[in-house]
Amino acid sequence: MRFVDEFRDADKAHALAAKIAGLCEPGRRYKLMEVCGGHTHTIYKHGLEDYLPESVTLVHGPGCPVCVIPMGRVDDAIHLAAQPDVIMTSFGDMMRVPGSHGSFFDAKAEGADIRMVYSPLDSLKIARQNPDKRVVFMAIGFETTTPSTAMTVLRAAAEGLANFSIFCNHVTIIPAIKAILDSPDLRLDGFIGPGHVSTVIGCRPYEFIAREHGKPVVVAGFEPLDILQSIYMLMLQLSEGRSEVENQYTRVVPWDGNLAALKAINEVMELRPYFEWRGLGFISHSAMRMRPAYSAFDAELLFHVPGVRVADPKACQCGEVLKGVLKPWECKVFGTACTPETPIGTCMVSPEGACAAYYNFGRMNRRRVVEVSIS
Amino acid sequence: MTGRTAPDAAPGARSGWVDEALREHEEHTRAAMSRPATAAPEREQQVLDRIDRARRRRPKVREERITMSHGAGGKATRTLVEAVFLDAFRNPLLEPLEDSAQLHLNGSRVALTTDSYVVSPLFFPGGDIGDLAVNGTVNDLAVSGATPLYLSAGFILEEGFPVADLNRIVASMKAAAAVAGVQVVTGDTKVVQKGKADGCYINTTGLGVMEHDVSLGVATAQPGDAVIVSGTIGDHGVTIMLARGELDIEADIVSDTAAMNGMIADLLGATTGVRALRDATRGGVATILNEVATAANVSVVVTEDAIPVRTEVRGASELLGIDPMYVACEGRLVAVVDGAEADQALAALRAHPLGEQAAIIGHIAEEPPGIVLLKTAFGGTRIVDLLVGDPLPRIC
Repeated sequence: MRFVDEFRDADKAHALAAKIAGLCEPGRRYKLMEVCGGHTHTIYKHGLEDYLPESVTLVHGPGCPVCVIPMGRVDDAIHLAAQPDVIMTSFGDMMRVPGSHGSFFDAKAEGADIRMVYSPLDSLKIARQNPDKRVVFMAIGFETTTPSTAMTVLRAAAEGLANFSIFCNHVTIIPAIKAILDSPDLRLDGFIGPGHVSTVIGCRPYEFIAREHGKPVVVAGFEPLDILQSIYMLMLQLSEGRSEVENQYTRVVPWDGNLAALKAINEVMELRPYFEWRGLGFISHSAMRMRPAYSAFDAELLFHVPGVRVADPKACQCGEVLKGVLKPWECKVFGTACTPETPIGTCMVSPEGACAAYYNFGRMNRRRVVEVSIS
Repeated sequence: MTGRTAPDAAPGARSGWVDEALREHEEHTRAAMSRPATAAPEREQQVLDRIDRARRRRPKVREERITMSHGAGGKATRTLVEAVFLDAFRNPLLEPLEDSAQLHLNGSRVALTTDSYVVSPLFFPGGDIGDLAVNGTVNDLAVSGATPLYLSAGFILEEGFPVADLNRIVASMKAAAAVAGVQVVTGDTKVVQKGKADGCYINTTGLGVMEHDVSLGVATAQPGDAVIVSGTIGDHGVTIMLARGELDIEADIVSDTAAMNGMIADLLGATTGVRALRDATRGGVATILNEVATAANVSVVVTEDAIPVRTEVRGASELLGIDPMYVACEGRLVAVVDGAEADQALAALRAHPLGEQAAIIGHIAEEPPGIVLLKTAFGGTRIVDLLVGDPLPRIC
């Protein structure tokens, strides 16, 4: 298949792997963080770690949209969905995320009208078709999905649609990366930058990582060769003692981002003073809310939202996993009490969550398995 | 930048299963935790072993209500079937949970199976609920090694359903039965109020006789066996998804719905090396391979490049963030065959019109037991696990 197979070529991967191995200094260990959950998914889905020398470890970062949603927000959303005249709409990833009394799936089974959509524009369609209902879109995601929510609100405003609103949970990536860089228990050598987020925000916002923290950043695409090449680019910077922001994903990411998308976000939304992240706690200016001019579309103002903060189960170590301090299997409840069937933590829910990716794709002794599959 | 300024969390009331799961977990790990600390690779292996033990525990339905996941053919379905139905009805005939039960009646071996059909939309490119209801049940008999003979047909119709549509469905059932060589010999009709069903649901029960002297079962798979699929995978599921019209994607694909009893008879006639046959319906090929790995306590090693997938199906799956390995087929066979007979089996399948694109996709190995391994086209290795529920699309 064109535009896909070219980026999964095993021969090219072998060549890159050899170059990466050649850049490893004997005795030195390298810890690289892929910030984005989409990268985590690709890495596990294609078995990319098989190509890396033992001294290079990938640390899975916080960029998984549903993984960072705290339990209290899920409870709030379910409370909205349970109103008799409400149709709640959301992306499929959200359906299994556990609140303190179950997930969207459970609420749906109890009678709430919750529908899965592929785009917020689909929610708008549902609102048009159901004028006697109030349609709420559970908006989640980083800067990748924020523009589409903003565009949907602009469209709804232009149409004068009165029965549509947004429950806004959009978060921003830079404060999360800052939180990780400030975290004392983690030593990283470099970052694989989030490709899709960067199509919107561009590469400039990462410059502080290179300048102030001395860590190289390579913005990467989502095919396995993209990631392998970005690892090579990071290793090359490290071996040459450079720390710069580089763009591997030039076919999609413009250096300055997408100005039209940023304008749309800025028109409709503003930064919240603070927002709770699952496992990371409260982070200042790390999420978006609707601007007063668009309050007619803000579910948090239109409805009574309980807003109760719910503590994570004590044994859940999602925060440590999101920060990359723990590998998924190092969490106390991984795979026993917390599984994809009965997730306790959000990292076990989304296919982009580090725990789910490891459980579903990587739950094996890599050394033993490589021997088997070669035979 | 981070400021933990907000008040502490209220002690959130949590649904009981979380606490229960944690308690259970503590019991299981207390022994392991008391062991002295070990190096990381060993610790990872210990965790893997612990997970393996946890996966072999008796399944338990933790949800208070049925969710859509319970019907998706993955882990949740298996848990429901084992914890509720098998637990209540347990008997040696039911226990193998094969596609049909094999009974001895007055000295002859017969196979019995049943299936309900609730597909939406009722009509889709390549078929409709009618031929699906015949082919699906015929296939469940055929993969047990039985020759399908008789079907029952039960209809649950919604008030207001067009009679013209019912006629169309019944006509395609008639045609499908003629192709498969079976007769519909008994039936039932119920009508429910508008809104209590979605147009038309059909249940069919099938009866067949065991003519071949074979005893097929996924538990008999052995290291060295070959794994074969009879054609391109995922056609049916992707066709249905696109036919719903919610995705605004168009592709030139049709359902693979077909009765496979003819092809299976040819296969069983050509070789005695067949150990297990399955039709890859809900949960797709991945689910079948996991059943083999678990039942026979072996590893199934498959090569991504060898799996036949239509470009249209691959493209749609890439766009939707799903894996064709989990997408339903309605006329595709997964066969586990003695390695020495693999070429003969492949030739027999390819000689049949339904099996022209049959391919050997992998083999059975000893290690690691209970696990399906995929050698990716990219050159890496990963696990192919059971899905929890419906394949959920990724959002970015």
